[in-house]
Amino acid sequence: MIENLDLGMVNWARAQFALTAMYHWIFVPLTLGISWIIAFYHTIYVRTGSEEWKRLTRFWMKLFGINFAIGVATGIIMEFEFGTNWSNYSWMVGDIFGAPLAVEGIVAFFIEATFFAVMFFGWNRVSKGFHLFSTWMVAVGSNLSAVWILVANSWMQYPVGQAFNPDTARFEMQNFFEVALSPFAVNKFTHTTSASMMMGALFIISISSWYLLRGRHVIMAKRSIVVAASLGLIASIFTIFNGDESAYQIAQVQPMKLAAVEGLYEGQTNAGLAVFGVINQDKKVYDSQPAFTGFNVHVPGVLSLMANRSFGSFVPGMKDLTYGNAEHNILGAAQKMELGQKAVASLDAYRQAKKAGDAAAAEVQLAAFNENKVHLGYGYLNKADEAVPPVALNFYAFRIMIALGILFPLIFIGYLLFSYRGSLERKKCLLGLGTITYVLGIIASQAGWIVAEVGRQPWAIQDLLPVTVARTNLTAGTVQTTFFMFLVLFTLLLIAEISIMAKQINIGPEEN
Amino acid sequence: MIESLDYVTLQHLWWLLCSVVGALFLAMTFVQGGQSLLWQVAKTQTEKDLIINSLGRKWELTFTTLVLFGGALFASFPKFYSTSFGGAYWVWIAILFTFIVQAVSYEFRKKPRNIFGSLIYEGFLFLNGVVGILLIGAAVGTFFTGSNFQLDANNFVTWTHPLRGLEAALTPSFSSVFNIALGVFLVFNARTLGAMYLINNLELSEAPDMETRLRAATWQNLLLSLPFCLLVVGSLLFMPGYGIVDGTIKIVSFKYLQNLVANPWLLVLLLIGLGLLVTGVWKTARTKATRGIWCGGIGTVLVGLTVLLLPAYNNTAFYPSKTHLESSLTIYNASSSPYTLKVMTYVALTIPFVLAYIAYVWWLMDRQKLKIEDTGDKAAY
Repeated sequence: MIENLDLGMVNWARAQFALTAMYHWIFVPLTLGISWIIAFYHTIYVRTGSEEWKRLTRFWMKLFGINFAIGVATGIIMEFEFGTNWSNYSWMVGDIFGAPLAVEGIVAFFIEATFFAVMFFGWNRVSKGFHLFSTWMVAVGSNLSAVWILVANSWMQYPVGQAFNPDTARFEMQNFFEVALSPFAVNKFTHTTSASMMMGALFIISISSWYLLRGRHVIMAKRSIVVAASLGLIASIFTIFNGDESAYQIAQVQPMKLAAVEGLYEGQTNAGLAVFGVINQDKKVYDSQPAFTGFNVHVPGVLSLMANRSFGSFVPGMKDLTYGNAEHNILGAAQKMELGQKAVASLDAYRQAKKAGDAAAAEVQLAAFNENKVHLGYGYLNKADEAVPPVALNFYAFRIMIALGILFPLIFIGYLLFSYRGSLERKKCLLGLGTITYVLGIIASQAGWIVAEVGRQPWAIQDLLPVTVARTNLTAGTVQTTFFMFLVLFTLLLIAEISIMAKQINIGPEEN
Repeated sequence: MIESLDYVTLQHLWWLLCSVVGALFLAMTFVQGGQSLLWQVAKTQTEKDLIINSLGRKWELTFTTLVLFGGALFASFPKFYSTSFGGAYWVWIAILFTFIVQAVSYEFRKKPRNIFGSLIYEGFLFLNGVVGILLIGAAVGTFFTGSNFQLDANNFVTWTHPLRGLEAALTPSFSSVFNIALGVFLVFNARTLGAMYLINNLELSEAPDMETRLRAATWQNLLLSLPFCLLVVGSLLFMPGYGIVDGTIKIVSFKYLQNLVANPWLLVLLLIGLGLLVTGVWKTARTKATRGIWCGGIGTVLVGLTVLLLPAYNNTAFYPSKTHLESSLTIYNASSSPYTLKVMTYVALTIPFVLAYIAYVWWLMDRQKLKIEDTGDKAAY
């Protein structure tokens, strides 16, 4: 199955997907989050009839439109990249993965596309009520489109509601509701959309703070901040809670990811959460070097609490999950590889027996395959330690996300408090911090996705399909070429977007 | 009722639904056609702004229809998705490139400090309007002429031509001529539709010179499309195709003619479609009519349906392999499982509702024609 494997190609294909996903994710959270906030602004305008609120709504809408366009541009490549760079994956899981993408198109994208034009151009063409309805529908459509792609992504992390069909050599859907309503999907959606709402709020706060520091558009900026900070605070608290739930789910379903995120090599009871540390990058899963170099801080028991909802519980480390731990009844990747290789061999033998018309032999081989099929993906690994994802990247990305995730609600509280007291304009330090919060938000949100995606390596589908099998049969040079093509194109578009956005912000609402 | 549908019916139904979405996309390419006409029919900045603002309110619907076409194919015929996208790599990358640059061009074109200047963004729109549609047409052409791939026991694709899909248009062969002819026909058809759409959507009493140019463009582009249309239809009547004979794929003489005879309603769709197209253009070019786009749009949907159904129904391989016949894709071996197709069929029940609200919003927004003053709107492109 993986003969002629070009590892360079796999890594370039991963790099390309990471590149396109990261670019896309610069713009999408803002679209998802600010669409709701604009809907609130628009509602206030319709209820009050105040021209100031109308001006404010149109200003943020203008910035929304600039961001939306590039979000769409960077998004189309994502859907088709599954086919171009990951065609084996597309075949093996298309029966399950394709359905959410199609549902996304039918029920979400069209809402977004249809009402987008009304939201922007309907000011004098439709009634005020229908115009407002359209603005809300853009927010609903944008966020609905996130539902389905996140369902698909969650299924890759936690492949439920499926079975492998040895005749078609693919995974097939058995229960749509298990796929669509998996706890992983529900949590990922709430975590992503609440974080996006926070991003929308941070964007508004950044620009409004800049206006306040320069004494421009003061009333608009203050009004924008009050609504954005209120919604941002609610969203940020919600993000922390469902982030905690996310950690619990990862511990149950992807323990290797959690261990990598924590730099935890040896399993521990009453395991401590690493608050700070410098990862020893020379450390291998099989050697006895220390996991951290120099100073590191752990809070005892907290990782056990996060992982199992119990302080004294055992949290497996990367070594346990790679080589097994009989005491805690943990099957390691090494043992799973043996079972996976048996599954692969049984599958081949089953096919040959079927081809030869030997029904009895086919039945025997199928039974053998079914016995080991849950470890099928491990059959394609070459070494057990391939099951360990990059530790340092996960460790640092997770800490960046958490630190910033704690900072954001404090910033929102600060803005609300000083707005209430009427002294916000005088808080220059807070406003200075406020102007860069959106950039911090982008960093936090990118870090979150790094943990989600790099943390599940080497799997395209957790435990079932490694990226080395999921790829298209292309040369590394081909993927390299398109990698740099997209790098140049997206970078140029990003530069243009930032330039246009900066100019529009500088012009401000008067001229818009 | 859906529960009682058998697998074969579901496979036919889903090819039909994908074809409907694909055909709707072809009708919606009036956006691309209008983009490619921009430099030809708009001679002043005001005229350009009128065209861009008219198309700019519809581009995302076209874009979304294309995305849905891809998503529906992925969900219902994943083997086609994996084989074609993974195999014909360069064709799809080139198509995607033209749609990526289109997506930003409307929003960025006239914004101050857009780095590249309006001309570049207009160039992106032209590129999307011509190259994007040409390549999509050439890719659809391979449904009839075949591609160079082989599938292994796991259904993983190996492309056997170094140009990875571009050979469909770049090698000196009948296949390339046919594929390019279909692509060129779609480009000129999109331009015809674009001109008719703009005549319908714009308040042209404010731009009478452009009205003359647009009406002339409908006729010119129809005439330019006809030779390519005739070449495609003529070829289909005589060329061999890839049929399923006794469970295996074989080259069958006059296969597509046989398909038309076996499904005469396809011939009826094709003739009505072409008739509507010509009627729409005739009325637009020769009279003061402004509703030709509706005839042309519906005509394109019917022609598109024929083009997409003909290579799949009546035991035909819709994505044939020229180099390894056994690897050819049919709606039977390329589809999702019966369970997934049933789930998707339930989801598809929402399509009439989706179409209804699109139609309502379309009517609401377009009941007043777009005027010059609208291009000065603060939200205008």
